[in-house]
Amino acid sequence: MVNRHVIGAHYGLRDWLVQRVTAVIMLVYTLGIVLFLLAAHNQGFDGWKALFACTWVKVLTQVTAFALLWHAWVGVRDIWMDYIQSAGLRLTMHVLTLLWLVGSLVYSVKVVWGA
Amino acid sequence: MKMHFQLYRYNPDVDAKPYMQDYHVELEPSDKKLLDALVRLKAVDDTLSFRRSCREGVCGSDAMNINGKNGLACITDLTELKQPVQIRPLPGLPVIRDLIVDMTQFFKQYHSIKPYVINNDPAPERERLQSPEDREELDGLYECILCACCSTSCPSFWWNPDKFVGPAGLLAAYRFIADTRDTAINERLDNLEDPYRLFRCHTIMNCVDVCPKHLNPTKAIGKIKDLMLKRVV
Repeated sequence: MVNRHVIGAHYGLRDWLVQRVTAVIMLVYTLGIVLFLLAAHNQGFDGWKALFACTWVKVLTQVTAFALLWHAWVGVRDIWMDYIQSAGLRLTMHVLTLLWLVGSLVYSVKVVWGA
Repeated sequence: MKMHFQLYRYNPDVDAKPYMQDYHVELEPSDKKLLDALVRLKAVDDTLSFRRSCREGVCGSDAMNINGKNGLACITDLTELKQPVQIRPLPGLPVIRDLIVDMTQFFKQYHSIKPYVINNDPAPERERLQSPEDREELDGLYECILCACCSTSCPSFWWNPDKFVGPAGLLAAYRFIADTRDTAINERLDNLEDPYRLFRCHTIMNCVDVCPKHLNPTKAIGKIKDLMLKRVV
């Protein structure tokens, strides 16, 4: 393959925006959880269980887990892009990262929606 | 006044690897800036190599790493410097000799953003006019002297100098994106819409910290991102 620098993959803005939007989602969720913990500090496990029995809490948790994994994808991929020069090895690392993140997503569904 | 300097020395024809050389030099009362001291050192040791030209912060030739921070030797007060004063070449660029670096990559990136007004409309009888407000937008952009202090203090430029435009190039890019006389704004945004060229900036603001002209490339980069966002929503 000819050795020329190739740039111009048009997903820079999309991923930059994704990182910011997902960060806001995680921040809002974290603040919500912190507020709950402050408001319900003496309810213990029962209070915690009751909170996560609500469907809307499950939905928000799942959305936040998805946001976290998408955020992680952009960040980890950036690290591979910075430090791994071989395109083949970089693609391999991208695929492994995606597999790990998709696996985590599936597991998060089990944790959030499981009994 | 006697001052202690440690200078990065490297002559690829003679030296196997770079080293730091100590100099103790007696300065005259008229020696106010670091460049004055370097010129005096050069009189003592004429093998010492560095670039300089205007000696008043306009040409950007004598950019170097001074006590760990990039700056121009000609506008750096000697009294501000902690001794021993450690002088190194700009980081991240190949060293040609001593404090002289190869700036080819830096200027390649600068040229890649097409640093000139593009306007294929028929030229008016007189000049293309701007309102005072439109002209004001160019303040803080056109003053860049291309000394490379900013780009060579940016880790994203160290990692990807062939792909990331760097703060100096992006400041210049916004200078033409913001210019109401330019008609190529969409092509300019397309040129930067890439995970490397613009978006390798992670807003750490080393560029703002070191700019000897007190410009703000990070702010210009943010404005380019805003325009890109405005274009798609």
